[in-house]
Amino acid sequence: MNSWTQMIVTQLRRDLKLAARLGGGGLLAVAFFVVLVTLVPFGVGPEPALLSKLSIGIIWVGVVLSTLLSLDRLFQADYEDGSLDLMFLSPLSLGVLVLAKCAAYWITTALPLVLVAPLLGVLLNLPAENYGLLVLSLLVGTPALSLVGAVGAALTVGLRRGSLLLSLLVLPLCVPTLIFGAAAAEGHMSNFYLLGAVSLVLVVVGPIASAAALKLNLG
Amino acid sequence: MAQTGEPLMAERCPPLFKLSGEGLTCLRGGRVVLQDLSFEAIAGRPLVVTGPNGAGKSTLLRLVAGLVSYQAGTLLFAGADGAPVSDESNGYLMHYLGHQDAVKPALTVVENLTYWQRLYGARVSVGEALGQLGITFLADVPGQFLSAGQKRRVNLARLLVSHRPLWVLDEPTASLDQEGAEIVRGLIQRHSAEGGLTLVTTHLDLGLEAQDSLKIARLSDVPLEGGA
Amino acid sequence: MFDLANPKKFMDFSARLLPWISGAAVILLAIGLYLALFVAPPDYQQGESVRIMYVHVPAATLSMGVYAFMALASALALIMKHPLADMAAKAAAPIGAGFTFLALVTGSLWGKPMWGAWWAWDARLTSELVLLFLYFGYMAIWQAMEDPIKAARAAAVVALVGVVNLPVIKFSVNWWNTLHQPASLLRFEGPAIHPSMLWPLLVMFAAYGLFFAAVLILRMRMEILLRRARSLQLSQARARAS
Repeated sequence: MNSWTQMIVTQLRRDLKLAARLGGGGLLAVAFFVVLVTLVPFGVGPEPALLSKLSIGIIWVGVVLSTLLSLDRLFQADYEDGSLDLMFLSPLSLGVLVLAKCAAYWITTALPLVLVAPLLGVLLNLPAENYGLLVLSLLVGTPALSLVGAVGAALTVGLRRGSLLLSLLVLPLCVPTLIFGAAAAEGHMSNFYLLGAVSLVLVVVGPIASAAALKLNLG
Repeated sequence: MAQTGEPLMAERCPPLFKLSGEGLTCLRGGRVVLQDLSFEAIAGRPLVVTGPNGAGKSTLLRLVAGLVSYQAGTLLFAGADGAPVSDESNGYLMHYLGHQDAVKPALTVVENLTYWQRLYGARVSVGEALGQLGITFLADVPGQFLSAGQKRRVNLARLLVSHRPLWVLDEPTASLDQEGAEIVRGLIQRHSAEGGLTLVTTHLDLGLEAQDSLKIARLSDVPLEGGA
Repeated sequence: MFDLANPKKFMDFSARLLPWISGAAVILLAIGLYLALFVAPPDYQQGESVRIMYVHVPAATLSMGVYAFMALASALALIMKHPLADMAAKAAAPIGAGFTFLALVTGSLWGKPMWGAWWAWDARLTSELVLLFLYFGYMAIWQAMEDPIKAARAAAVVALVGVVNLPVIKFSVNWWNTLHQPASLLRFEGPAIHPSMLWPLLVMFAAYGLFFAAVLILRMRMEILLRRARSLQLSQARARAS
């Protein structure tokens, strides 16, 4: 028996089921993303050439902000109703729990953002050759955002005004992902490797740091 | 008793005979919550922890569960030979039942319990556990429609769907009616008869036969200036 | 060294050490500033404005160094549970943030004559700005948690995650800079540095380092005294209550 994968699947299924029943989370992030991106032309003006030049940057920044928007709830509900205590006491290791939760979060929140991004590209006059690259860069980069965010969410779980603190802690750490992601979408191919490397490193570092933070917040 | 397809997790649970604490001291938010506390609980004899509000009963239980760290003293989980159980059994030692019932509002009672069973390993079926708690009729009701007492019963059913040698129960009868409290008493008795260990806080007299008791006195609860 | 982990020993030792370190810091700072402002030659390209370098470069270096120190202290605090390691990390943060801020301000002042603007998205300045945010996050987590023991551990996690990310951030910002800006932009570091400029710079480095050590010790002593005062208040309150 591979209990490790079994537990990930169990946890993932539960979180997906909860997300599906509660609704909201992912859709809200998408709505926020759309509104945020449509606000930019009001600030910089409607010139197609300018918007085209800015489009990738705007979409990437929008994705970073929208991903973080609901991250403060990642562990909050389980913390408040005592589930986190019981997960801690189960054979499931906290690092695995974090991985499973991040996966569920990515599927329910980040993936819809990635799917909406090309539509927003149309609004911003995104050059035709960049659509595929943009979606691909978002697919490779958003796991990193979720994993970094999980560390912040684990640190701030149970804190009043945790979401503001979360942004302060996490946004600076998103800088590399943003840089490599946006550059990859521009067509600088080597950035895909860098972006992938960041995501892979965070698959290891993120759960370890999040588990440590969760453990101390249970006490 | 194991469900088909699920490996019997009970095999991985260590045989636990004795749980003892010595000189446990716990500081939280710059305040001394427990000071130099010693106790011993033996399989088959539930240890009932009593004491006034704020004496640190819940903290003691969370400390045993590893949910609160302690600054001094030792905590020992030992088998029949007196040797401490191995670290591998982490995650297979205990059921903890705290103030919150960990019932997800969006999931039905069966879904809630099935999740915990998958995580902790199967012992009796969810349906049978519900029957023992007298809540079979709630099986397909979402958690959000349950009363406090019903939620508590669902949480108690969790103790049955998976096996653990140690039960750490914080006020298990809270918000339960008379009948519910009777069921709790029966569960603890049966767990003890099967050689299980129980650590329970309660302000009700559970009328358990063959119980040990531990009284915690309240430490002077003067809060620290600037402390939590 | 491990004996110093005992707060009482640390108090005795640091009380004797502090005047010497502070004195040395003040003297070296005076010498360094004199050398930098009056003795060192002006740059053939940048003129007198090069003198900002003597304030800027040590601040920028120390801003990174202090973060590394903080992360090291945090690791010690997490792994070995040194009572003083937490205090050292906590005490270092505002000093590090101060250096970072100084590096940003002096960088901006230096940039004005060089770039004709107060701010340019130069790779080094941008890294410093992100570093400042990391310091803010670290200090904010100390503020946000009420339980000092919990806060210490959470802050340690923040510091360690930050220090793992710092090289990646630096690299990515450099990368970003070369992607978006032509390489013709004037860089801070010139070619080889002339000895007449090196000496004042080295003295300034030493002065900054000693200044950090002195303020660190001062802040740690303050923290220990505060904790002592608190536990005294507690025992008095207890005595009155019983």
